[in-house]
Amino acid sequence: MEKETCTFSFCQKPEVIEVETDLLLIGGGMACCGAAFEAARWATPKGLKVTMVDKAATDRSGAVAMGLSAINTYLGENKCADYVKYVRADLMGIVREDLIYDLGRHVDDSVWLFEEWGLPIWKKADDGFSLDGFQARDAGKAMLKDGGTPVRSGKWQIMINGESYKVVVSEAAKAALEVNRKATGVAQNHYERVFIVKLYKDANDPNRVAAAAGFSVRENKIYLFKAKAMINAAGGAVNCFRPRSVAEGQGRAWYPVWNSGSGYALGMQAGAELTLMENRFVPARFKDGYGPVGAWFLFFKAKATNALGEDYCVGENFEETKKLYSPYAEKMGTAIRNHMMMMDMKKGKGPIWMNTHHAMAELATKMDAKRIKHLEAEAWEDFLDMAIGQAGLWACKNVEPDKEPSEIMPTEPYLLGSHAGCAGFWCSGPGDIPGTPKEWFWGYNRMSTVKGLFMAGDVVGASGHKFSSGSHAEGRIAAKAAIALILDEPNFKPTITKTNDEISGELYLPYEVFEKYKVYSTDPLINPNYIRPKMLQARLQKISDEYFGGISTWYMTSKTMLTEGLKLLEVLKEDANKMAAGNLHELMRCWENYHRILSVEAHARHILFREESRYPGYYYRGDFLAIDDKNWKCFVNSTYDAEKNTWELKKVPYVEIFA
Amino acid sequence: MPSFVITEKCDGCKAQDKTACQYICPNDLMALDRSIMKAYNQEAEQCWECYNCVKICPQQAIEVRAYQDFAPLGGNVIPMRGTDSIMWTVKFRNGSLKRFKFPIRTTPEGSIDPYAGKPEADFSKIKSSGFFNAPAKAE
Repeated sequence: MEKETCTFSFCQKPEVIEVETDLLLIGGGMACCGAAFEAARWATPKGLKVTMVDKAATDRSGAVAMGLSAINTYLGENKCADYVKYVRADLMGIVREDLIYDLGRHVDDSVWLFEEWGLPIWKKADDGFSLDGFQARDAGKAMLKDGGTPVRSGKWQIMINGESYKVVVSEAAKAALEVNRKATGVAQNHYERVFIVKLYKDANDPNRVAAAAGFSVRENKIYLFKAKAMINAAGGAVNCFRPRSVAEGQGRAWYPVWNSGSGYALGMQAGAELTLMENRFVPARFKDGYGPVGAWFLFFKAKATNALGEDYCVGENFEETKKLYSPYAEKMGTAIRNHMMMMDMKKGKGPIWMNTHHAMAELATKMDAKRIKHLEAEAWEDFLDMAIGQAGLWACKNVEPDKEPSEIMPTEPYLLGSHAGCAGFWCSGPGDIPGTPKEWFWGYNRMSTVKGLFMAGDVVGASGHKFSSGSHAEGRIAAKAAIALILDEPNFKPTITKTNDEISGELYLPYEVFEKYKVYSTDPLINPNYIRPKMLQARLQKISDEYFGGISTWYMTSKTMLTEGLKLLEVLKEDANKMAAGNLHELMRCWENYHRILSVEAHARHILFREESRYPGYYYRGDFLAIDDKNWKCFVNSTYDAEKNTWELKKVPYVEIFA
Repeated sequence: MPSFVITEKCDGCKAQDKTACQYICPNDLMALDRSIMKAYNQEAEQCWECYNCVKICPQQAIEVRAYQDFAPLGGNVIPMRGTDSIMWTVKFRNGSLKRFKFPIRTTPEGSIDPYAGKPEADFSKIKSSGFFNAPAKAE
């Protein structure tokens, strides 16, 4: 088919706004809010400019937009080395221990800041029960940084009243940006509703990033940011696989539905090396509403069983699992527990129940009526803070968790690197952790293999279990290192070869295609000349689901299935040249789905390369069903050449730093 | 649907250049029909039910009707977000009600002074561990 180009013969030409800055923060979630806070302090006295660009409104953008009921990474009394071991065990043995240790030694300061800024954190009462953030304050309980005792739901997790978590963190980030803006005398350094589509390399240094281009989803404007360094924290990838709920319920993704793989696609297209893109996360959550189970398991001590009331992680299931996945099976990580849950589901022993009623009854034996009421509120708050849709589902189904159990279920797959997954980019570590291979440090912490392009949050690979607090801390780590690079090379002037017209034409192509052809048919939805973003996403989801181990095959795939799926994906990528957008909202959806396609391609190619089933319970290679430590206890890294549309994959040795 | 706008209550945030719900939606779902000056959710299947439009609406004109893929009719969850707390009313299909109130922040809105009482950055440490305000945890 003929290739489409945009010459603005049909659609209106946008104005191009050029912004020159020193450090560009792409994203407005926890990681970039942390980056703004740290960067502005280092940048301002040196006269360096810091700019944030967010596709939404920063008060409610990113994965914490709804709120959270817990902070899942707070080390407190624990040791950093133990944090490394916990993350390593849950991620099946292959992680970057230098990055994780570094995260662990920095994360608590971010949590202390959150509390100082106004985030209510539960504290332990003198009688051992829990106090919410107000009760703790009124009881004169100390702040965490002054030795206050949090309410731990697990070894690493603490409970919060987190409805406004992101609003609070955003307020501090915006205030920090404002300090920098005033000092550097720029008119604006915080851009909301600008969606970054693509990064451009430097004209004089082919391995250095120089510019980021995007468009306003409100006005007919293209934004071209030129920067000496950037932090990419544009999030993970959601709804890449066909979800269990395919109508309006697909909005109720477990991870935020607006995480469209942009974080991966931006870095990949710039040629940054990826690692462990074969990893995915398939959380077992309350069925359909995808409400959190962590507090129910860890805090309320609820147990999950099959429909016969049996523990699915023992007996025959466990023996069978050990045969394929020892010694990982014995560690009972999240993937392994998923695997055994699905063994019972396949035997028809479902539904799998979270026995909330037993847990509440057990807790009630230790409490008076007032405390039971408080406990019930705590249980509901867990949903109302972070998965309100789950509370709504319980209301619609008349579920009373103290009287009956609720069903749990493994979801569709998600790609991410800050929660319990580790798909992302290969980044420089801090360089000062003894035992780290020297090639894991190339001058600037969290810098990718593309000079000047730093990563934080979901897109740093091989370093999961950061969660909200860790992402904030990692943004700060990356920001400090990025400022160091900018100061080291004061004469670097980012320059690109593309003209503003070429960039506008590239970004507005889906607009041009729509305007060119829309009158051909009487219904603009059905037209042989283009594909609308909704259908682009539907086709992607169908390919991923059926060929790359989605829910419809119980997460099963193989060399032959992957190879066939990749062929279909390649054609879909070609068709993306004919994406059509009727308005700015759809233009964003087009590019978001293109980002999803690239993320999925990386995922599938990594699964194909790794000839074993490293993450049972998340995906299986039917042709290599076991874990094969002898050949595959290593990272898989890849690089995408966007110009040539080619991939290079390789094994990179895993090194254990903390025995 | 899942968030929806009640026709009678929405005033299109008149006199503003954009509605509050358009401003806040993390997924750019809320749109304004200028012919009737009412907002609407333009893409129900992209709604996460994060309730940010519901919480911000000055007219309390936005509610959520649960996803019909899996939720029966009749339940409802309504927040009332204040400056330091949030009140929730959960209405069950069978008519029973639950009400909860939770803290949301311990400081006044807009009061954060990010660097108050914090040290200046020490540039001799820019390549070491730690942040501008605090060293890294020792072990």
